[in-house]
Amino acid sequence: MDSIIAAASVIGAGLSVGLAAIGPGIGQGTAAGQAVEGIARQPEVENQIRGTLLLSLAFMEALTIYGLVVALALLFANPFAG
Amino acid sequence: MSGCKYLFILKKYPMDFINNSILLAGVEIGTHYYWEIAGVSLHGQVFIVSWVVIGLLLTAAVLGASDPKRIPESWQNFMEATVEFTQEIARNQIGESSYRTWLPFVSTMFLFIFGCNWAGAIIPWKLILLPEGELAAPTNDINTTVALALLTSLTYFYAGFRKKGLGYFKRYLEPTPILLPINILEDFTKPLSLSFRLFGNVLADELTISVLVLLVPLFVPLPIMALGIFAGSVQALIFSTLAAAYIHEALE
Repeated sequence: MDSIIAAASVIGAGLSVGLAAIGPGIGQGTAAGQAVEGIARQPEVENQIRGTLLLSLAFMEALTIYGLVVALALLFANPFAG
Repeated sequence: MSGCKYLFILKKYPMDFINNSILLAGVEIGTHYYWEIAGVSLHGQVFIVSWVVIGLLLTAAVLGASDPKRIPESWQNFMEATVEFTQEIARNQIGESSYRTWLPFVSTMFLFIFGCNWAGAIIPWKLILLPEGELAAPTNDINTTVALALLTSLTYFYAGFRKKGLGYFKRYLEPTPILLPINILEDFTKPLSLSFRLFGNVLADELTISVLVLLVPLFVPLPIMALGIFAGSVQALIFSTLAAAYIHEALE
């Protein structure tokens, strides 16, 4: 592999996971905060809230995972490696 | 596409030198146990673990249904609870009136993915040595997850055609015909996101555990392993929930 391409791929892989983690991080924080608020207001529906929260957290996590997939593709299946 | 026989080939992990220096643990990505059958290369380790999972699921189902009693006992009880759980997923998404037709598909998806994720996380496959590659969850291979996602696509198309015939295509012009390209694009992004989500999550769990085991082989990876088991079940739940939601969308 060309050293420039290797360096660019590694930097790109790091950036793709790091940047992809920002948005979902904020989103998950907001969602969890709202869920805690909801539980504090209505403790009797805690189980229902927890289920919905986990499901939506996993959806948000998927966004970071897309970044991870891009990073893995750059590291292990680089289409420009030649 | 001459050199690209497989959808996704991962090259050997560059940290291979660690494998040679410390023999406690290793990270392996992209090494597969190839089976050459009629000129086609198959990822053998995926097949072996999938067959084990399918065998386990079949055994559980047969044992649960072999001697049905009016008042269910131990194993039958457990299997009924399992089926009721998956039934709940399908009913919540598709609705009371038509979920029964699609229940088998949604249940199968849930149980197979759940079985695969947990088989990869719980069974100590490392004890079985393969000539190349290693046994792990079949869902950490993108070919498996893409197959599952395409099956989901086929199913919701079939559901739509069965319900409405060619009138199904009217859905692409709603709410306005301007959105036609986006509606068509959605049919491609659905399987893409389904497959990447499952593949990425399972692989990420396994990678985190391998890297941690590489750094600290004792105790430290345990909470992450527990997290991996949890994430595996959540991913199975999500995949089947989304499959049911897509089917419901096509039926609307």
